Amino acid sequence: MLRVAVVRFPGSNCDWDTYHAVAGAGADARFVWHRDTDLQQAEVVILPGGFSYGDYLRSGAIARFSPVMQAVQKHAAAGGAVLGICNGFQILCEAQLLPGALVRNDRLTFVSRPVWVRVERTDTFCTSAYTRGTEMRIPVAHGDGCYVADDDTLRLLEAEGRVVLRYTRGENPNGSVADIAGVCNPAGTVVGFMPHPERYADPVTGSDVGAGFFRSIAAWLPGGTARSTT
Amino acid sequence: MTYRVHIRVVPRAGLLDPQGQAVEHALAALGFEGAGDVRIGRAIELAIDARSADAAEASAREMCERLLANPVTEDYSLVVEA
Repeated sequence: MLRVAVVRFPGSNCDWDTYHAVAGAGADARFVWHRDTDLQQAEVVILPGGFSYGDYLRSGAIARFSPVMQAVQKHAAAGGAVLGICNGFQILCEAQLLPGALVRNDRLTFVSRPVWVRVERTDTFCTSAYTRGTEMRIPVAHGDGCYVADDDTLRLLEAEGRVVLRYTRGENPNGSVADIAGVCNPAGTVVGFMPHPERYADPVTGSDVGAGFFRSIAAWLPGGTARSTT
Repeated sequence: MTYRVHIRVVPRAGLLDPQGQAVEHALAALGFEGAGDVRIGRAIELAIDARSADAAEASAREMCERLLANPVTEDYSLVVEA
């Protein structure tokens, strides 16, 4: 059974939802504390949503220096899979495991509602269960979700197909450049996005359209290339 | 010797600064004409024990590069005081 480490920082608040979604997809979910340096041989590491360290200084800026992040850096450098959801995405950008940064929403308000997103890339460990172009409503809940990057980085992301999720149907909730909701590293092994599929992974919450991300992870073959449905 | 370091971090020029825009509109609403290009950042003050002002500045610059400012979205400036 594929093992997934869900990292908990002080201020993480989507850790149980993520754990539930991972376990519900049939993977072996484990919690890892931010002071731990042992990822328990997990094949996939998830940095869940929340407000790690109270978002002090900048969202994700302090969490990046947690002991566990050194282990995550090593895991990623060795080709291991890492998914950052919302605050996890912010942490991955601060840690420079993903390019760009997430700044204050353009309308300055915290946005908490389901928005339409489109799956742009399906050959990653966490999106293989979807068909390219799939559109679905997934909740977002963030104050600092406006994705920015310099022009060279944006050109590279588009040229290499590294935009994994994009806001669609005119529903960009935060002013992100090019409607970018999530990106990945060149190998597609490190992925970060703002929407919260773990909140729509069980019909009890009103929708389970996000369960595919966790089914993708549970079905992923570490070391091999991710299976794609396109 | 202990040096006092004053650091200013502001959103990079050209990047959208929604807080700055909102405050600019509020200033206009109060009747302050001619106020524009408002940028909102943060000020950080700290003490550094170093052998010289140059050493204190070099240390503070490294702090900015590695933690206090985000190189993607922010610029910083600093002043070292004895």
